[in-house]
Amino acid sequence: MITTQYLLMILGMCLVTYIPRCFPVSFLAQRQLPEWLIEWLDLIPVAIFGALIFPDLFLVGEPRHLELLQPKMLVALPTFLFALRTRSLGGTVLIGMFLYWLAGKIL
Amino acid sequence: MSHPAPSREPERLKDPVDKAAAGLIPVVREGFRAAWPICLGYFPIGLAFGVLAQKAGIGPLGVGLMSFLVFAGSAQFIAVSMLAQTAALTSIVLTTFLVNLRHLLMSSALSVYLRHSSWRFLCLFSHGITDESFAVNMTQFREGNWSRSEALTVNLVSHAAWVGSTILGAYGGQFIPAGAFGIDYALPAMFLCLLVFQLRGRLYAVTAVLSGALAVILALLIPGNTHIMLAAILAASLGFALRRSRIGGRKR
Repeated sequence: MITTQYLLMILGMCLVTYIPRCFPVSFLAQRQLPEWLIEWLDLIPVAIFGALIFPDLFLVGEPRHLELLQPKMLVALPTFLFALRTRSLGGTVLIGMFLYWLAGKIL
Repeated sequence: MSHPAPSREPERLKDPVDKAAAGLIPVVREGFRAAWPICLGYFPIGLAFGVLAQKAGIGPLGVGLMSFLVFAGSAQFIAVSMLAQTAALTSIVLTTFLVNLRHLLMSSALSVYLRHSSWRFLCLFSHGITDESFAVNMTQFREGNWSRSEALTVNLVSHAAWVGSTILGAYGGQFIPAGAFGIDYALPAMFLCLLVFQLRGRLYAVTAVLSGALAVILALLIPGNTHIMLAAILAASLGFALRRSRIGGRKR
C-alpha cells in the first residue's frame, strides 16, 4: 500500500535530488563557478560522510548519549583500515557486515 | 574546471561517432565491465535497504518506486530511519536535499566531458549520477577512452541493480530476522568506504574529523537530524577557511 503521504515524500526527494544532479551538467557546462564555491563544495562530501558516520558510532539510545566503546565503534576501526587498503566498496561492506556479525557472537 | 582545452574538442566530438560505428554491443559490454563492482557493492546495501524499509512498513512497490525515483543510497536510508521515527515530511525532503547536494559538484565535474550532448541525454544521464557511478565514470573519462554511451550504460546498469536489490530485500525482508548476517552494518561500512574515497589529502581528513566531532556534539544538543547538515556546512566552511589561510600564509 502506498499512501499519498509516502508518494509525496518520494516525489519531493526525487525533485531535490534530481535538480542538483541535472542543473550543473545542463546549464553550468559553459560557465565557470566562482572559485570559492568550487573549493567549498569540494569539502562538502567529506564533511557529510564525517557527520553521518561519527554520531552513528559514538552515540546510542534515545535521548542520545555518548558511549565510546560499543560494537559499532570497535568494528569501524578494522573496517576503515580495510577500506583504506583495498578501496573496494563491495569488499568493505561484506567485511564490515561479517565483523559486526562476529562481534555480536563474541561480545 | 568547466573550461576545456580547445585542442581536446575534436577528440571529444570524434569519440562517440567512432564508438557508435563499432556497434552498440561492445559499448554496452564495456559499460557492464566498468559497472559490475558497483553492482557488487550495491547488492548487500540494496538488500539491507529493502529489509529496513520493509521493517519500517514500506512494501516492495514503495521500495522499488523510491529506488527508481530517488536513486540515492544514503538519503534513502536516512529517509527510512527518519520515517520510522515519524519525522515530518518536509524535514525528510530537506535532509535529502542537503545529503544529496554533493551531486552538484559531481555534475559540474562531469559536464566537462559531456559537451555537445543533447538535452535528452543529459536529462537521462544526470539521474544516474551517484557517488559510485561518478567515481567510475570520472576515472574512465580522465583516461580518455570513454564515450558517453558507455558512461550512460554504467549509470543505467547500476540503477537497475539498485532497484532490483532493494525490491528483493523488501520481499526477502520478512524471512530475515533482525540483525542477521550483520546486515545492520552494511550502511556504516559503505559510508566508511565512501569516506575513504573522499580522503584525498590531509585537509580532507581534518575536515572529516572536524565534521564528525561537530556532528556528535550537535546531535547531543539538538534532537532530530539537523546535526548532519549543520555539522557538514560548518566543517566545510572551517576547512575552506583553513585552506585559504594556509594559501595566504604561504604567499606571505
